[in-house]
Amino acid sequence: MSAATGSVRFTRGLGFSLLALGVALCASLALGAGDVTPLQVLRWALGDDDGNVGFVVTELRLPRSCVGIVVGAALGVAGNLLQTVTRNPLAEPDLLGVSAASTTAVVIAILLGASVTTLQVWVAVLGAMCGCALVLAAARLRGVGDDPIRLILAGAALKGVLTALVSLVLLVDQRSADEIRFWTIGALAGRGYGELLGVAAPLLLGVLLVAYLSRPLAALALGERVASGLGHRPRLTRWLTLLAVALLSGVAVALAGPIAFFGLVVPVLARALVGPDIRRTLPLCVLLGPAVLLAADVVARLLVRPSELPLGVVTAVIGAPVLVAVVRAHRLPRL
Amino acid sequence: MSEFEHDRAQRATLEASGIAMDYGHRRVIERLDLRLPEGKVTAIVGPNGCGKSTLLAGLARLHAPSAGVILLDGEPIYSLAPRDVARRLALLPQEANAPDGLTVLELVQFGRQPHQGWLRQWSEEDQRVLDAAIRAADLVELADRPLESMSGGQRQRAWLAMAIAQTTPLLLLDEPTSALDLGHQIEVFELIRSLSEEGGKTVVMVVHDLVSACRYADHLVAMLDGRIVAEGTPTEVVTPELVRELYGIDCRLVIDPLSNSPILTEIRRCRS
Repeated sequence: MSAATGSVRFTRGLGFSLLALGVALCASLALGAGDVTPLQVLRWALGDDDGNVGFVVTELRLPRSCVGIVVGAALGVAGNLLQTVTRNPLAEPDLLGVSAASTTAVVIAILLGASVTTLQVWVAVLGAMCGCALVLAAARLRGVGDDPIRLILAGAALKGVLTALVSLVLLVDQRSADEIRFWTIGALAGRGYGELLGVAAPLLLGVLLVAYLSRPLAALALGERVASGLGHRPRLTRWLTLLAVALLSGVAVALAGPIAFFGLVVPVLARALVGPDIRRTLPLCVLLGPAVLLAADVVARLLVRPSELPLGVVTAVIGAPVLVAVVRAHRLPRL
Repeated sequence: MSEFEHDRAQRATLEASGIAMDYGHRRVIERLDLRLPEGKVTAIVGPNGCGKSTLLAGLARLHAPSAGVILLDGEPIYSLAPRDVARRLALLPQEANAPDGLTVLELVQFGRQPHQGWLRQWSEEDQRVLDAAIRAADLVELADRPLESMSGGQRQRAWLAMAIAQTTPLLLLDEPTSALDLGHQIEVFELIRSLSEEGGKTVVMVVHDLVSACRYADHLVAMLDGRIVAEGTPTEVVTPELVRELYGIDCRLVIDPLSNSPILTEIRRCRS
């Protein structure tokens, strides 16, 4: 008798995720829509610099990859948190309309004249918070024994309304249409360190919250009464978790816009690797999220060279089959 | 050294004084006083809807009474921090559900949470308590099995092991054997008995079946319509009159010569 099997599995999962992230990061630095080839990048890395290659890698691809890492980790963790707190394997920021609410808030802020990134982050967080509140109220969530599908339906309704609202703004207001179009589908293109700095504060707050929440959330997975019996405060835990989801989704939206299905895929992968305990799946999501996001971003850059696809299109194409697979599974896994 | 890590010197008292409890606008418990005998197994019995589970929830700091006070070691339990309570009182609610894939070992580890903090992570003491709890519940061979692959009785023993790992002097159980067949019921009740006899724990359990309650409890609390109608040792308390009052059935009582506890025979519904 020992804790061996669990921790061996965790170590293995962690190793695999690190490897995946390493490969994805290398691919993200080496491959792009432009002319710089992997071979040139390799030569540059070995010290054979011809000027242009170094610029493309350090000034374009590296910042973009860093943004991808933050967005991937934030969305992966937010998805995991939402799934755990709603005990619903289908919950994730995009499907529940949380990202859409965040986006809508930013669009409204732009309409009203806001253009500073730092402001947009907090607007995005606030929007995400409203989204959480709306969709949970609509599904009348009490945390236990709720129908997973009902929550998703409430999210789909919310998302539909908000998407229509943003489209309306796009049609009516030509002046800000270009600026707004970026927010209607997720993309990493053109984002860099400046934007990262702008989201640092809410990101840090979210990370601290998650660190605090991992233990009570793990207990909450055993049921509200059991968690109380172990000395936790389930209501407080749930509210703080929604706050963390809002912070992280807001950060992701502020950086890259709404990215479809992403928060669904990553926790499913993490659970498949290390089992259901959130104290194991959270660190894994931090690694797997960026790995999957960077991989999707590389695909987005390569598919229609020399042009690019928006990242949100690629994640939707990858994520939709995963959603169907989860729904069609013999039965939904209990969380 | 006993397998049960609970320190015998550590005691905790739990009492309810003049409590009333409501569900919404409905009064479920009316002016109830109860003091739990230390180091004994107390069973709360009564017909469906008599308020026994509500009383247990009140005692476990899950549902605050609307009047009166519940005291843990003389302090009002609802003004204590939840974690502080969790170090003295372990709770096993009805129909506890674990996420798929959770193993026995992982479940039992949760019992250490009230003793951990930001700076205090998993320690040697935790590991020692964990191993002892798994031995006590006789789960050594099953420790790495996922819960959903085990029998109902084994699963319930795993939940009990989690409560044991909490190393509390008090243990509250809500119908610990409700979904189990007879063999598994006995397996669980015997573990509960040994927790009290060898571990010195004060155990309170809501039990559906009066005969099991008589067989395994030292102290019986009979409830009807939110009140305690009888309290004492099973042989003192259980009479044909009480059984009729509680469940509306006529019966004869015989004393089981081996366990010395009452058994109901010739049961039939009241004609009156």
